[in-house]
Amino acid sequence: MVEWFTAVQVVVALLAGLLCLVVGFVGRPPNDLTLGAIVLIELLLLAQLVVTIVAPLVGNGPTGSLGEFYIYLVSALLLPIAGAFWALIERTRWSTVVLGVVGLAIAVMLYRMGQIWFVQGTP
Amino acid sequence: MSEKPTAPAASRSTGGSGPVAAGSATTGSATTGSATTGSATTGSAASETSTPQKSGRRMTGVGRVLVVVYGILALAATGRSVYQIMDHFQVAPVAFTLSAFSAVIYIVATIALIAPGRTWYRVAWTTISIELAGVLIIGTLSTFAPAAIGMAAIDPFGDDSTVWSAYGAGYLFIPLVLPVLGMLWLAKHRPVASSSSTAAEA
Repeated sequence: MVEWFTAVQVVVALLAGLLCLVVGFVGRPPNDLTLGAIVLIELLLLAQLVVTIVAPLVGNGPTGSLGEFYIYLVSALLLPIAGAFWALIERTRWSTVVLGVVGLAIAVMLYRMGQIWFVQGTP
Repeated sequence: MSEKPTAPAASRSTGGSGPVAAGSATTGSATTGSATTGSATTGSAASETSTPQKSGRRMTGVGRVLVVVYGILALAATGRSVYQIMDHFQVAPVAFTLSAFSAVIYIVATIALIAPGRTWYRVAWTTISIELAGVLIIGTLSTFAPAAIGMAAIDPFGDDSTVWSAYGAGYLFIPLVLPVLGMLWLAKHRPVASSSSTAAEA
């Protein structure tokens, strides 16, 4: 994991989640803006996956458990897909709220991933 | 779900447009919106029993958000317990068994909220009640007597914590709030067959 990239990712996921919550509570069904925000989260997660596969090979390993880290990362990768799938089959404002919940959950999971990578193993 | 593909699709389209139209007409906040949809479904159950809403789907509208939060929590509990049991089960066997148990409960509760019918409605009540009991009992034990369930410390983010430790503090207290929201939802959205019978009795 790269610290600044992870920080950017947490902020993006947080903002995207809040955006979707607001747009959802205003009453809009999922649109290009909210779905685009979720796609952006997913693309950043895929980039993070590549980074975390390469990083240990070049000497930037996690301080904590790599297994626990990947449970979080794989779960996080699945959430936007599930949320977007739902947004496409039921086009009501609650699907937009669901996208927001997904975004916030991913922000929390990324924060935990950062803890596992940078903090967990250090005394 | 695949048994009768047309009925749920019809109930989804018509059932979805009704409450949404009611909610956007009032243009209230999220809570008033859900209140109107809730009263609309229970209130209209007696007068409009012919509408396709009688299929008993409890998870349209805001209920879907509840289901998604349940699903995410089920995922989190499962992921954590699988890792704990595979990686260091001997460290705190009691706590990790509880962790796996909570994961199963969340998975069953998520399914029970989605699945229609009275049986699943009862399953939903049972599992959500177990959740509330679990978060209160394990929360209390882990906070005041961690040794009783084989935990070394109170740290809700620690290596041997469960979803229910310290009242779910490691999960933003969502495990504490969610059963209450789930119960409120279930109480408002009982299967229409039984709610119309109680309405007839009253």
